[in-house]
Amino acid sequence: MDVWSSLMDGFATALTPMNFLYAVIGVILGTAVGVLPGLGPAMTVALLLPVTYALEPTSAFIMFAGIYYGGMYGGSTTSILLNTPGESSSVVTAIEGNKMAKAGRAAQALATAAIGSFVAGTIGTALLAVCAPVVVKFAVSLGAPSYFAIMVLALLAVTAVLGSSRLRGFASLGLGLAIGLVGMDSVTGQRRLTFGQPLLADGLDIVVVAVAIFAVGEALWVAAHLRRTPLHAIPVGQPWMGKSDWKRSWKPWLRGTAFGFPFGALPAGGAEIPTFLSYVTEKRLSKHPEEFGKGAIEGVAGPEAANNAAAAGTLTPMLALGLPTNATAAVMLAAFTSYGIQPGPQLFESQGPLVWALIASLFIGNLLLLLINLPLAPMWAKLLQLPRPYLYAGILFFATLGAYSVNLQAFDLVILLVLGALGFMMRRFGLPVLPLILGVILGPRIEGQLRKTLQLSAGDPAGLLSEPIAVGIYVIIGLILVWPFAYKLFRRSRPERKPLVPANSGAADYSD
Amino acid sequence: MTSLTTGLKGRSELGVALLLGAAGVMVFLDANGLVTPYSKSDPVGPKTVPFIVAGLLVVCAVLLAINVLRGGQGEAEGGEDVDLTHPADWKTVLRLAGAFILNILLIDWAGWVISGTILFWGSVLALGSRRYVRDGLISVALSLLTFYGFYLGLGIALPAGLLEGIL
Repeated sequence: MDVWSSLMDGFATALTPMNFLYAVIGVILGTAVGVLPGLGPAMTVALLLPVTYALEPTSAFIMFAGIYYGGMYGGSTTSILLNTPGESSSVVTAIEGNKMAKAGRAAQALATAAIGSFVAGTIGTALLAVCAPVVVKFAVSLGAPSYFAIMVLALLAVTAVLGSSRLRGFASLGLGLAIGLVGMDSVTGQRRLTFGQPLLADGLDIVVVAVAIFAVGEALWVAAHLRRTPLHAIPVGQPWMGKSDWKRSWKPWLRGTAFGFPFGALPAGGAEIPTFLSYVTEKRLSKHPEEFGKGAIEGVAGPEAANNAAAAGTLTPMLALGLPTNATAAVMLAAFTSYGIQPGPQLFESQGPLVWALIASLFIGNLLLLLINLPLAPMWAKLLQLPRPYLYAGILFFATLGAYSVNLQAFDLVILLVLGALGFMMRRFGLPVLPLILGVILGPRIEGQLRKTLQLSAGDPAGLLSEPIAVGIYVIIGLILVWPFAYKLFRRSRPERKPLVPANSGAADYSD
Repeated sequence: MTSLTTGLKGRSELGVALLLGAAGVMVFLDANGLVTPYSKSDPVGPKTVPFIVAGLLVVCAVLLAINVLRGGQGEAEGGEDVDLTHPADWKTVLRLAGAFILNILLIDWAGWVISGTILFWGSVLALGSRRYVRDGLISVALSLLTFYGFYLGLGIALPAGLLEGIL
């Protein structure tokens, strides 16, 4: 497989006028919803899924690529100008970014975020293009036992490593797996959890589930706690950077990229840990440590780059193994399935042109993001002033429209409301949303691999351990599950020595 | 006052444990009711995974109940527009749900343009906007735009309902 020529073919596909237009739409749309409070890239992709059914898969994925990076960038704009990050991955950006904005350096903060995102996104996408085929080569040799183990690892790792409460993560995972069970069993045709309701026999549409949990749940939750006095967004002009800003930014960009990509590519990646690590590193290496906490540009440049590189990294397991590790990738994977495209290592073989067009459009989307968003930043800042009643009523309106247009049946809207209420409850009681979505999407596939494995071994459970890779992964799973307990013991036995940099920022919060 | 509210808050999270437990039992009973002859080609069968999921849910329910009774608490999710310092505004949520349910009831009969207008208008009002006329016009415009946008742009025919023939 020649990466270079495949990639060039991908560019040829992505640069046809229509597809290029979709990339532009995707970037603008992604940034707009990323900027708007309450809307994230995962929700945007979910809301757009029904719309894109009318498009060719290639065009749809080119648009998704734009939304993916655009949403990431928009989120950082919000956290810099409002100081209330919408996503956990932009928490770190808000620390220094908002301080810079308050000190009148919003333009520089936005510029270093935008250019850093571009640098990291481009390097990350290049790494994706190089790594994914290697992973695929390795992955095609894996059988059902290894796949089963890898998927279990992804589920457990996302549940156990991210978020502040493992217990609540597993509760959310259980609910997601249960939702994934609804419908006809693919092997025997038995109906599970349908309660005699024929409309449930095909299972719950993933679009409906995702829109309910992300959009309806979020809108209801915000409505219950809407700020009475809206936050004041800091006005901003055209982003630009002076010579010294460039000098202080380029190294953090590269280091942030180096942190972000590998973490994103791991099955339990996520962007929280690398952004945090990047922040701590920049604080240590900076020649201006006294500025940290008061608006140091390095503290924006590094974490923003880490965030975007992690986003690119996440696509490696998604494309090469069919394994999503963040919400947006999960919804994109659902989109693959709805087009009848089977995710997994065969993807590069069977849908080569589509995959390479997607990767090419990631490069294009990145460049567009820079070209479009630097001049448009003042407009995005104005978007923050959209009256909240319109914003949240609009979310409900489009959520309904999106969910209804999948099957044109009012019954789906009932499901939408019920699961929306579930999403509300999860936000109220601190159950993370991501394990639920991954459970819904990966659950049925895990079950499929389990059944295939035991079918090959004629029902002998030892079949699960029949591949060395699978055994290795079970060891890792064991370590992940035992780690917090071991960590606690370690802390208890040596309470006076607190580690300066927790290797795993999430693990430090496990109180239960 | 504070001890009362924290007590109530603690108790309300037990509802989550209850929900998890109920879901677990439901999954178990449903799977248990499946009748499948043992088949060599599918030794796992359709029951195994539901049993595991049911087990996970029940274990989580029990652990969560213990955690809550010991004083553990889930962290409510923050956000740009979320202010957790004042108590939940149930009136707004119920009104939104009302607009949502009206839409479900009306969409097939009255059609999307009417039910969508009610949904958006009702939601905007529930969320505290008081510019009735402007909001109404925006609602109608949005519904009409999406109706024609979906029909002409995507080939998806949303129900026209009562306005069949006019639209």
